[in-house]
Amino acid sequence: MAETHLSPRNIPDRLEGRGVRLLKSWESLLLVVACLIFLGNSLASPYFLDPWNLSDATFNFTEKAMIAFAMALVIISGEIDLSVASIIALASTAMGYAVQLGFDTPALVIVGLSVGLICGVVNGLLITGLGLPSIVVTIGTMSLFRGLSFIILGDQAFTGYPDSFAWFGQGYVWWVFSFEFTLFVVLAVIYGVVLHKTNFGRAVYAIGNNQTAALFSGIRVNRVKFTLFLLTGLMAGLASICLTSRLGSTRPSIALGWELEVVTMVVLGGVSILGGSGTIPGVVLAALIMGMVTFGFGLLNVPGIVMSIFIGLLLISVIALPILWRRARRRLAH
Amino acid sequence: MSKLLKNRELLLVGAILVLIALIAWRFPPFVAPANLARVYNDTSILIILALGQMAVILTRCIDLSMAANLALSGMVAAMLNAAFPGLPIPVIILSAMALGAVLGMVNGALVWKLNIPPIVVTLGTLTIYRGLIFLLTNGKWINAHQMSDAFKSFPRADLAGIPVLSWLSVVMVAAMFLVMTRTPLGRAFFAVGGNPHAAVYTGIDVGRTRFFAYCLSGTLAGLSGYLWVSRYAVAYVDIAAGFELDIIAACVIGGISIAGGIGSVPGAVLGALFLGVIKNALPVINISPFAQMAISGMVIIIAVAVNARAERRKGRVILKKAEAV
Repeated sequence: MAETHLSPRNIPDRLEGRGVRLLKSWESLLLVVACLIFLGNSLASPYFLDPWNLSDATFNFTEKAMIAFAMALVIISGEIDLSVASIIALASTAMGYAVQLGFDTPALVIVGLSVGLICGVVNGLLITGLGLPSIVVTIGTMSLFRGLSFIILGDQAFTGYPDSFAWFGQGYVWWVFSFEFTLFVVLAVIYGVVLHKTNFGRAVYAIGNNQTAALFSGIRVNRVKFTLFLLTGLMAGLASICLTSRLGSTRPSIALGWELEVVTMVVLGGVSILGGSGTIPGVVLAALIMGMVTFGFGLLNVPGIVMSIFIGLLLISVIALPILWRRARRRLAH
Repeated sequence: MSKLLKNRELLLVGAILVLIALIAWRFPPFVAPANLARVYNDTSILIILALGQMAVILTRCIDLSMAANLALSGMVAAMLNAAFPGLPIPVIILSAMALGAVLGMVNGALVWKLNIPPIVVTLGTLTIYRGLIFLLTNGKWINAHQMSDAFKSFPRADLAGIPVLSWLSVVMVAAMFLVMTRTPLGRAFFAVGGNPHAAVYTGIDVGRTRFFAYCLSGTLAGLSGYLWVSRYAVAYVDIAAGFELDIIAACVIGGISIAGGIGSVPGAVLGALFLGVIKNALPVINISPFAQMAISGMVIIIAVAVNARAERRKGRVILKKAEAV
């Protein structure tokens, strides 16, 4: 038997200190990887270290990361939302439609956010109200939401967004810091505080670890879950505004396959897909890593589909390697 | 208990008949026997795939990589045919099935040996398999003129008035029905999904059973790969993109519980037929084909809501939960 049983003899004299735990954590590993990739990229391409190039590189991940923050909370609570990319498509289609009706930028933002919110409410109601499994519900709504944009758009595209709308995806707040990147930083701080410093965050962990126990300790499980799906919808709406503004047009196939990349980002960030553990700093680092890798590949002229192989491999190996590592260590210990 | 299951399938038969009646009311030629046979033929590939997905879902797993597996196996079959036009068709079919089985084994091994959640594994392999097609072909297409006539005509060949493709799906349905109801493996699928812990105590290896389920779904995806490519006479990176959702939808509509352990072969077949009828009916009753995606989505949500209601009174329970003792 490779299992170590916790007999009195095996209890260590003292637990690991805070510093040691931090050093051994997934996040510090991610930080090392991020630094290595940064170094590798700057050696591989002379154009990488330019501040404006780096600023361009952030667009690779900011929109996905916005959703990833909310998705991290959903996954920690033991659920999943596969409909995010379709929410982007539907919100973008709604905004394009609003443009045809002659709406201006502030109205477009409201349309985008509220479509995201409504989609989140639909998911939340189906999952918490009817008690259906989130994976099937969001596979269904994934098809439904994007299907609605296909009905509205067919093989057409919406263009002609007002000039002022372009600021969300193309504007800069200060020097090389784009609006999207600033938003990413602000949201990272907000989600970090909410998850790690509030009762709500504790409740999310509690639900992910043991839903029944959470319910009996007085947490309104369904209300928390509903809020999380609502937040994810809202974030998808926000990402839709940024993406639509950056591209300047809407097709029904916009953001196709993003749900995979967002889930990969969250899992790479150390969030357990089974729920109950994970941190926002981890997700931030994972976003940086994925952004830099895609950007580096882009500088080296690697086609997009090859990058997607890499992301698929990354997703599986990120989960497999710690398991193999633990097994190897256990074997060595005996 | 079995009465309930029958009810479920009768309900679906009823729903399909009502659907066909509604379509016939708008467009009478739809119910001509020749046209219904055409609809079945058009749904054959979905039926075969749904059978594989059913086995996987029964064991509490999911296979999102089936469509990518289909595309990769189909592409390899087409490349084999283009490179060696003399190769007999059975050899091509067998190699497509073998490749599909290997791809399924990769999924199964990751789930079995490393205990990675099935959704993560197949989400990953979904992109990897599709990416591999690109690496294999550099994004080039294999068109009809590069394929031999035998390769293209096999699924269309007429056997007693019905195409081989339809016959193949009938044979697969019959074979799967036997496997699910008459073999230890079939029972193991139900037992593992119904109660994994109890399954272990009855001597069933849960991981290995899941591995076999993935082998099965992979093999059927490989077979469908050849059928798809030869039927549409074209192979490229994006064939059957997004089809994995249709497959899961067929299963969910067919009453196969995503929580595992509940489902039947007739259910999967009827679920696939339900989608097939909708897909074939949309153009003839003047609804834009673009509406199909939204309709599938709606149907999945309704089906899963109905399932949840039915599952409160459990279906085929082989191993009871501990609380019940």
